Amino acid sequence: MLLFSLIFVPFVGSLVAALLPADARNREAWLAGGVTVYGLVVAASLYPEIAAGEILRHDLPWLPAQGLDFVLRVDGLAWVFTMLVLAIGFLVVLYARYYMSPSDPVPRFFSFLLAFMGSMLGVVLSGNLVQLVVFWELTSLTSFLLIAYWHHRADARRGARMAFTVTATGGLCLMAGVLVLGHIVGSYDLDVVLAAGDRIRAHDLYLVALVLIALGALTKSAQFPFHFWLPHAMAAPTPVSSYLHSATMVKAGVFLLVRLWPALSGTPEWSWIIGGAGVCTLLIGAFAAIFQHDLKGLLAYSTISHLGLITVLIGIGTPLAMVAAIFHILNHATFKASLFMAAGIIDHETGTRDMRVLRGLRHKLPITATLAIVAGAAMAGVPLLNGFLSKEMFFSEALLVGSDRNWWMSAAAVAMGIFSVAYSLRFIAIFFGPPATDLPRVPHEPPRWMRFPVELLVLACLVVGVVPAISIGPILDVAVHATLGASTPQYDLAPWHGFNLPLLMSVIALVGGVLFYVVLRNRFDLHARTRTPLIYRFNGAQAYETVMLRLTSGAEWLLRWLGTSRLQPQLLIMIIAMLGVPLLLAGVPTQWTTIPRQGTDPLFALVWVIGCVCAVAGAWMAKYHRLAALSLIGGTGIITAITFLWLSAPDLALTQLMVETVTTVLILLGLRWLPPRIEAKELETPSGVWLHRSRDMAVAVAGGLAMAALTYAVLIHPASDTISDFFLLRALSEGGGSNVVNVLLVDFRSFDTLGEVTVLSIVALTVYALLRRFRPAPESTGVPAQQGHSLDPASHQTPAEQANSGYLMVAGIYLRLLLPFLGVIAVYFFMRGHNLPGGGFVAGLIFAVAILVQYMLAGAVWVENHLRVRPHRWLAFGLVLACTTGLGAWLFEYPFLTTHTAHVTLPLLGDLHLPSAFVFDLGVFAAVVGTTMLILVALAHQSVRAHRLPSEEAPQDSRRPS
Amino acid sequence: MSAATLLSFAIMFALVCTVLAMLLCGMRLVIGPTAQDRILALDTLWMTTMLLVLMLGIRFGNLVFFEAAMLIALIGFVSTVALAKFLMRGEVIE
Repeated sequence: MLLFSLIFVPFVGSLVAALLPADARNREAWLAGGVTVYGLVVAASLYPEIAAGEILRHDLPWLPAQGLDFVLRVDGLAWVFTMLVLAIGFLVVLYARYYMSPSDPVPRFFSFLLAFMGSMLGVVLSGNLVQLVVFWELTSLTSFLLIAYWHHRADARRGARMAFTVTATGGLCLMAGVLVLGHIVGSYDLDVVLAAGDRIRAHDLYLVALVLIALGALTKSAQFPFHFWLPHAMAAPTPVSSYLHSATMVKAGVFLLVRLWPALSGTPEWSWIIGGAGVCTLLIGAFAAIFQHDLKGLLAYSTISHLGLITVLIGIGTPLAMVAAIFHILNHATFKASLFMAAGIIDHETGTRDMRVLRGLRHKLPITATLAIVAGAAMAGVPLLNGFLSKEMFFSEALLVGSDRNWWMSAAAVAMGIFSVAYSLRFIAIFFGPPATDLPRVPHEPPRWMRFPVELLVLACLVVGVVPAISIGPILDVAVHATLGASTPQYDLAPWHGFNLPLLMSVIALVGGVLFYVVLRNRFDLHARTRTPLIYRFNGAQAYETVMLRLTSGAEWLLRWLGTSRLQPQLLIMIIAMLGVPLLLAGVPTQWTTIPRQGTDPLFALVWVIGCVCAVAGAWMAKYHRLAALSLIGGTGIITAITFLWLSAPDLALTQLMVETVTTVLILLGLRWLPPRIEAKELETPSGVWLHRSRDMAVAVAGGLAMAALTYAVLIHPASDTISDFFLLRALSEGGGSNVVNVLLVDFRSFDTLGEVTVLSIVALTVYALLRRFRPAPESTGVPAQQGHSLDPASHQTPAEQANSGYLMVAGIYLRLLLPFLGVIAVYFFMRGHNLPGGGFVAGLIFAVAILVQYMLAGAVWVENHLRVRPHRWLAFGLVLACTTGLGAWLFEYPFLTTHTAHVTLPLLGDLHLPSAFVFDLGVFAAVVGTTMLILVALAHQSVRAHRLPSEEAPQDSRRPS
Repeated sequence: MSAATLLSFAIMFALVCTVLAMLLCGMRLVIGPTAQDRILALDTLWMTTMLLVLMLGIRFGNLVFFEAAMLIALIGFVSTVALAKFLMRGEVIE
């Protein structure tokens, strides 16, 4: 549980931070600081077990059926990384408190920062590879949000998008790689995977897994050729750059490589892919860093180069190289985080990060200057600082691998050393020289606590550099033992190893670097360079933008060729596919048992003839005559209702009658707003018209025939007597009702019904929401032609006047009298639904139609002035009622939606039989009323809105001087 | 000829007449030619359906048919009103 809280607490903190007010800088900092201190205390308390070489595990079942558990696993490596993330996190929080200006919305910043911390800890502590990928993507996401923190700036948005696209794509590759790895090993558990190294390397899919995982790690750690996103990510606030883009997140890639070293390394492929990428990155990063003018840009390229150094060491893959890699991860985190913070202070105090302007800062910022110079020296690899130690280890490893054949390895190492000394000098140079006079702001030392994190980190650089064995030694030892296990080599952490080749290389790098810088500065006019010489052609960012542009235009092209915004072609293709695909897939069954035919009723056949003719004629008319088609389909609907009645399905018949009515009104309401048909070319010739009509009708008839054939096949097939008999037998005894259909709906399958009612409500709300913002086609916004006739008295009347005294007077009296009757009928059908045909659905439709008729009669305005129609409340009431009835069963410790039947004896009414399904049905009733009313009224209100518009404009027109 | 036989013959005759009426309504619905013809035909179809359902109720001796007929009588006109109003005013709910 303690382990779990390590990940859990930052996320909770993130949530709390998001809810604090915008100006709560101190509270936010206390909260974030508290979270990190808590994490540090918890992690530190684990040290005795970790130092003893134990592996702590905490398993939570996640998807046990899929063999996926939420596993937290702490070994030495994970522990060291946890401490790194939390310790640097604490310093960054402290620094950010002073860095963020009062006008920045800090809740967002600290919330994202804590969420990132939780994700990063998740990556580090995951004992399951799939879980690791999930947290991995979470770090990409939080990094995106943090880079885009100042989202009003275009460069922040662009940088964030680029970083996210690259790292998240890498994350997807990693996911695929992990799945391949899981396929090879048969488990995603880290312990199992790490133990199966030999099996993985011997497997056919080894290379696939390696390449995919390498893609994930290399994109995350900004390795060549994916390094371009990191400099653009510098648009983030400096605490973010210092935390995510130098100390922790970019280390996730190399962490993963170290983590999986036992499983994947030791093959030539590993060395070439990882080492090759590392060497390129190392040189390109270091070289490009010299030519940056932006302080943070220089640090970003330097970070790329140092990450390349770590990657090369991992690529070399010998145990000693791994020691150097882990050591350098820690060293780089300390000096680079402090350098970023120093750069932030300089930016904060002077208002610029341009190294062409900055100079002589040591006069105004003596303490910051000293700190930055020491950290810069560590970056350059000056002796007695931590950077020197790990760099010397790197040199000796390069020599070892390089020996004779690969001499270029040593050359690359020395070149990188020279470059890094040169860019460190470039960085340090801003503190020397005459004080600058043209700075945007007059600098002075930052607040005490803003500088404190830098001081602490620089102190760490010094202590580690002078007495490595007693300061960092034990911690490094823990991580190395956890990674290398039995193959842990003998290594010696000391600043002085005597005169040897690596020392010579260090000296060459130092002297060469100084010379190189002096030459560049005096002979090459470093400040006037606008691009990096030689390698500016390999512009990753440009390539990225091009790819993105191609992708977008490719998608547009596909959409243009394959997509359409017209519904008719979509419908046509869909129906054709639905007709064709099942035939291709299924074929005709071989065994076909049928039941004997039960005689013919010529009258019934004649009724069907009417229905079929109406349907086919409707399909023919649908192409060009909407209203005629609607009338014809209405005819088919009636015949369907008769069929249900004739074949003894009265429930269906009642529902069909109501649905028929409501649908007709609904389509008519929609028809008002449909734009006129696009005048197609086919209309110019009679044969074109005929061709299109025939095609559509053929498809429609084929679809209808297919449905008919399907129904016929079901009908002549002997009914299986398992499930229907079950319901017929148990409806009365267990459901307490003799209408099997209704008992089925509200009792046996009430969970289905609840789902359906919920879907209905969602549909209604969606329709309502869409119609609120609906802008009809310009052709149909005007008043219909029928209403514009000046001779028609109705043109001068409101809808209410038409109904009260106009042409609708007769209908008005009749329809208003009908309202209570329909209400009674609705109640009647509802009440007896459990035993005879009826129930909540039909009753709801009847009630909705009763109200709807009033709308048609007197218009929306009049009805809503006289009657409170609140479809939303009906909907909410219905859903709540249905749910609470279901939940009520829990009170009596029955499963959800269990029905209970109560027998109540009331005076006057006598013995009453009250199943709880009745209340559930009431919920269905209310939800159906709400749904129907909501959709129809939302459509009806379009007319009210459309009418209001011209009348609002009219008075303005009259006032306008002419 | 007993009462039951008479009744069954009468019902048969009435059924045939009603279905023929429905057939004619259907023809008018298909032929048109004007929208008013179609709407009138649809309204008549609803009405004849109600009659058919009543007679089926007598024939099968089932009370549910009468309730269905009542429902048709009560709400059968709604689609007619909607269609007519659409024709006359251009929209169903003003």
